[in-house]
Amino acid sequence: MIVRLQTADFDPEQEAQALKVRGAGARVSFVGTVRDLSGNETVKALDIEHYPEMTQAEIERIAVAAQARHRLLDVLVIHRYGHIPCDQRIVLVTVWATHREDAFAGCQEIIDLLKTRAPFWKKELTPTGGHWVPGHSTEV
Amino acid sequence: MVTVRCFAAMREALGHDTLRFAVPEGCHTAGDILAFVTNDCQKDLPKPLLVAINQEHAALNSPIRDGDEIAFFPPVSGG
Repeated sequence: MIVRLQTADFDPEQEAQALKVRGAGARVSFVGTVRDLSGNETVKALDIEHYPEMTQAEIERIAVAAQARHRLLDVLVIHRYGHIPCDQRIVLVTVWATHREDAFAGCQEIIDLLKTRAPFWKKELTPTGGHWVPGHSTEV
Repeated sequence: MVTVRCFAAMREALGHDTLRFAVPEGCHTAGDILAFVTNDCQKDLPKPLLVAINQEHAALNSPIRDGDEIAFFPPVSGG
């Protein structure tokens, strides 16, 4: 399992090819990108803040649980932070499994939980200024 | 001593990202610490507000101990 947080862009295919996963009959990837529109407003870029000491551990907890639940052979998560211009990649989740059902379910679970539990906050930068993107998680 | 970390809109409202202080008398939970650090805050705090203790999600009524790192932040928006 690899979980990596970085400011730099990444190449999803190159990252996935770098892992040699034995026994895998399915590989599913999700790539999240910066939207160029928020409602009717143009988005120039995102500033992504995170809680460095917690983010890595939280994503690893999510990935370990999904790996066990969906019999995933391996998991790769890359999430960027800092300033990211529109249309650029933000996040990559790639999972490997013996069969496609587990790969689809595992990938979806990881990205869904990442959105509600991993401590990232996005600020959209628009021509009228910057504003925080409403979060997904509910009050504990 | 406890360390309080604030992120995103909570950091902006409070005007601090990190605070360190001895556990005030009568503070037993994360909610007590929140009330202590926001006592003089003139700005609206983000709602809802989430809590982590020692880098794990927690609740406002979670107990705190000397040496803890307590973080307050708005709902997360990664991915």
